[in-house]
Amino acid sequence: MHCKSLWIKASAKSPAKDQFQEELVIRPLHSGDIYASFQFRTLWDTDFLQEGQKKVSHYRLFPKSLGQVLSKFSVQELHISFTQGFWRTMQWGQPFIPSPPGAELWVWFHHTVSDVDGNWKELTNVLSGIFCASLNFIDMTNTVQPSASFKPLGLGNATDHRFLRYATLPREIVCTENLTPWKKLLPCGSKAGLAVLMKSEKLFHSSFHSQAVHIRPICQDEQCTSKAWELRQTLNVVFDHYTSGQGKKEWSLFKMFSRTLTEACPLASSSKVYVDITDNPELSPATPLLSQAVVLGDRRTYSVYDLTRAETFGQLRSFNLLLRWKGDNMLRPLLHAERYVAGFGLQTGEIHTVIYNNHPYRAFPVLLMDSVPWYLQLYIHTLTVTSKSRDNKPSYIHYQPAKDRHRPHLLEMLIQLPPHSMTEVTVQFERALLKWTEYTPDPNHGFYVGSSVISALVPSMVAMSTNFTQDQPLFSSFVPVKEESSYFVRVYTEPLLVNLPTPDFSMPYNVICLTCTVVAVGYGSFYNLLTRTFQVDEPSPPLAKRLANFIRRIRGVPLLA
Amino acid sequence: MDYYNLMRIFAFIHLLVSIPHGYSNYVETKAGQFFSSGHTNNWAVLVCTSRFWFNYRHVANTLSVYRSVKRLGIPDSHIVLMLADDMACNYRNPKPATVFSHKNMELNVYGDDVEVDYRGYEVTVENFLRVLTGRLPPSTPRSKRLLSDDRSNILIYLTGHGGNGFLKFQDSEEISNMELADAFEQMWQKRRYNELLFIIDTCQGASMYERFYSPNLMALASSQVGEDSLSHQPDLAIGVHLMDKYTFYLLEFLEEVHPASQANMNDLFKVCPQSQCVSTPGHRTDLFQRDPGSVLITDFFGSVRKVEITKDTINLTSPVEPPIQRSGSGDIQIESLTYVDQLPVAEIIHQKPKQKDWHPPDGFILGLWTLILLVFFQTYGIKHLKHIF
Repeated sequence: MHCKSLWIKASAKSPAKDQFQEELVIRPLHSGDIYASFQFRTLWDTDFLQEGQKKVSHYRLFPKSLGQVLSKFSVQELHISFTQGFWRTMQWGQPFIPSPPGAELWVWFHHTVSDVDGNWKELTNVLSGIFCASLNFIDMTNTVQPSASFKPLGLGNATDHRFLRYATLPREIVCTENLTPWKKLLPCGSKAGLAVLMKSEKLFHSSFHSQAVHIRPICQDEQCTSKAWELRQTLNVVFDHYTSGQGKKEWSLFKMFSRTLTEACPLASSSKVYVDITDNPELSPATPLLSQAVVLGDRRTYSVYDLTRAETFGQLRSFNLLLRWKGDNMLRPLLHAERYVAGFGLQTGEIHTVIYNNHPYRAFPVLLMDSVPWYLQLYIHTLTVTSKSRDNKPSYIHYQPAKDRHRPHLLEMLIQLPPHSMTEVTVQFERALLKWTEYTPDPNHGFYVGSSVISALVPSMVAMSTNFTQDQPLFSSFVPVKEESSYFVRVYTEPLLVNLPTPDFSMPYNVICLTCTVVAVGYGSFYNLLTRTFQVDEPSPPLAKRLANFIRRIRGVPLLA
Repeated sequence: MDYYNLMRIFAFIHLLVSIPHGYSNYVETKAGQFFSSGHTNNWAVLVCTSRFWFNYRHVANTLSVYRSVKRLGIPDSHIVLMLADDMACNYRNPKPATVFSHKNMELNVYGDDVEVDYRGYEVTVENFLRVLTGRLPPSTPRSKRLLSDDRSNILIYLTGHGGNGFLKFQDSEEISNMELADAFEQMWQKRRYNELLFIIDTCQGASMYERFYSPNLMALASSQVGEDSLSHQPDLAIGVHLMDKYTFYLLEFLEEVHPASQANMNDLFKVCPQSQCVSTPGHRTDLFQRDPGSVLITDFFGSVRKVEITKDTINLTSPVEPPIQRSGSGDIQIESLTYVDQLPVAEIIHQKPKQKDWHPPDGFILGLWTLILLVFFQTYGIKHLKHIF
C-alpha cells in the first residue's frame, strides 16, 4: 500500500454522523425487458474495530443486527448476495452489481483475528438467522480461500489472503422469506421511500432477481484521512416483457411494481430515480434534470427525478413513470463467458469454460477462479487452455487439490485473452460415489457446482473518472476506479448441474429380506435334514369306527382295521 | 290481593339485597378466570415434512396455521416455522411468491411478511428433535431456537405423509411415535412447557399420540388408525390439491376466532366431523389437567398478554452520552488511506507461493519409516553399525 502523510491540526471530533441515500435506476434493455436496480446506502463515520474505544451502542440509521455482527467477528468487509435466475450478458449487457445464482458470501476479516475459520463458521450461522437462509450449510467442504481474486473493494492495508473466505451455495432458493428481513434492515423499512415498490408478488415474477448486502470501509472525504463504514443494500430485478409486459415495449412503474411512489424516505438525505434515456425512449412525466455518467465503460444519459422535492409528485401526490421505446441497439459486452459439462455416462466428464473477448483490437488479462466440490475429481494433467485453436499458457496458476470430505478444488488462472477471440478452458473429471448417508433426500435432481468467477480489467472506450466525490450517483461509484482507461468487471458463468451415480436406496431393505430368506430356507432345510427323525404314529380312528369297534368288543367279534 | 302485593314487595326487597352479593361473586369469578390458565407466553412449532411439488397442500396447511397464529398475536420471534420445500418460488408455481389455500386463488396464506426458520434440507428428524429438546449447537441463531420456559404454552403442528406409528420426513427418514413421546418427556423433565397442544394432520394420525405419557399434553389428529386423511380440492390453474380437508375446516374455524374470543377446546374437537372430513378426527385429553371446556383457543393459538395497570410513576435513567473523542493535542501525522488495486497483474504474476505450515508427519508416514528402520537394523544389526558409518 502506498501512503501519503498529511500534517493537520488536531481537533475534537463531534459525535459520529450518519446519512442515508436511496436511488432507483431504470434501464430499458434491448431485448424488450426492463432492468430496475435499487441501491440504498448508509454511511456512518464510526469505527467498529477500534481498540481501546467505548463500544458502539447507539445505532440510528445503521441496523443494529449488522453492527453487532461486524464488531463481534471483527469483519472488515462483508458481501452477501441472494439471486434467483441467471444474468444473460449477451442479451442484457453488464449488470451494475454482478451476482451468481444462489447465495454467495465472501468476507475479509480484520488482520487481528487469530482463528479465521472459527469466526467464519459462527458468522455463517448468525447470518443464516438474520436472512432466514440456510447459510449454515456453508462449511469447510465448500469454502475456499482465493489467492488472487476478490481483493477488498473498500479501504484495506493488508491484502494477506489468509483473512479472506469465499463460499457459494448454488442451490439456495430466494423467496419472500429472504426479502422480509432484508427490507427490515432499511431505516424506513418498506413503509416510505423507494422501498414501498418492493412487493414480493411482482419482484419474484421476473427473469432475474438479486438482493445483496455490501459492507465495507470507505474514505470519508477527498483527503481520505479517516474511514467511514458504508452499508449498501442493492436489489436488481429484470422484468420479462412477455410475462409481465404482455409483449409490448411499454412500461410504467405501476405495471412493474403494482405501486406508485408517494413520498421519499424522510430519513434520506437524497432520494432519486434515474432513467436511462441514451436510446431516446418516450418518457412521461418529462423532467429538465439530466445527468451524464460513465458506467461500465459507456457514457450514458439519465433523466433524474428528485423525490425530495414536492413538485415531482405533481397534483395527485403520486409519482408514476411511463416509458415507451422503439430503438434497440445495444453496446455489445466486451467480455462474457459460458460453462457447460461435456461427456456421457455417470463415470467421467469434462468441464468446458468458454470466455469471449469481443474487443476488436485490445487484449487484456482475466483472472478465472473455479471452485469445484470434492466429489468431482479433477484430473489437472488434462487441463488445456486454447485461444484461436492455439495453446495459451496462463501467466499464473494456483491450484489447491481437494481433500475428500474436507475441502473443494480451487483453481485460479491469469489468462491473457487475445483480441476478438474465444478462449476455451477444459478439464476432465471423474465422479465419485458418495456414502449412502451423504446423499440429499432428492439425489436424482443432481448436484450443483458453483459458478466460475472471471475478474477482469476491461479497456474502456470512454475515459472513466477517478475523482471520488460524494455527489456521484450510487450506481457508478460501487467499484473504486484507479485508472481512466479501464474498468473492473466481474462475470459469473452458469452453475453446473451434475448427476452423480446414485444407488438404489431400497437396496438395504431388499438385501435384508433376501438374506434372511436364504438363511432361513438354507439353514432350516439343512438342520431338518440332520436332526429330523420319522416315527410311525397311528392316527386315532374316526368316531364312527371307534363306536363300531366298541360295540364289536362287547359282542366279542373281531375288530375293524 | 294484599298478600299478593306483600309477596311482590318481599321479592323486590330480596332482589335488592342479592344484587351486590351477586356482583361480588361475578367479580370473583372474573378474577379467577384471569389467573386460571397459568401461562405467561406462547410458542408455536409448525412443521411441514414433505418435499416435491405435488405435496403443495402440506405447505399450504402449515402456512394457514402460521397465518392464524400470527393473526391472533404470536410474534415471529416465538414461532419456529419449518418448511421442507419451497412452493412459493418453485418454478412450477404459475403465481410466484404465493401459496393459496382456497381454489380460485382467494386466500394467499404466504403473505408478504413470512419468516421461515428451517427450510429445505434443514428439516430433518434430528433438527426437529433438537429444536424441541433445546439441544442445539451453540452457534445456532435465536430465531431457530425454541426458548420456552416452564410457563410457556406451546402449539405443535405436524403435517405430511404418515402411517401407523410414524411420520415421514422428506421421503427419506421417519420419526416414530415413541421418539416423539420421549421428546415430550424430555421437555417435561427440563421444564420446557407449561401446557402443550399437539395437532397432526396425516394419514392414521391418531397413532402418533397413542404413546404419550407426559402430563399436560392435549392432542388432536385428523384421522384414526386405519383411516386415511384426504385432501380437499384441487385448483385447475395451479394443478395440485391445495389443502387437506381437516386443516381446511380448521382454518375456517380459526378465521372466526379473534384475540378476545371465548371459544374453548370443545369447539375445536367438533371441527370437521366425519360428514365433512370422511375420516374421523380424534383427540386425547386424559393427560391434561384442566377440563377442555375451560381451556380457551387463544391459550394456545393466540398470545394474549395479561396486563396489570399501575398508577405509580417510574423514573427512567438518563441516556448515556458517548464520550467526545479527543485525538491528542498539537500537530499529528495522519496517513491517507487508499483503495486496493482490484487486479494487480504484475503483483499476481510475481506472487510467491504461500508457505504451507509445517505439520508433523502423520501415522502412515511414521509407520512406513519405522518399518524401514526395523528391517534395516534387523538385517545389519546394531553392532555392525560402527563398520558402516
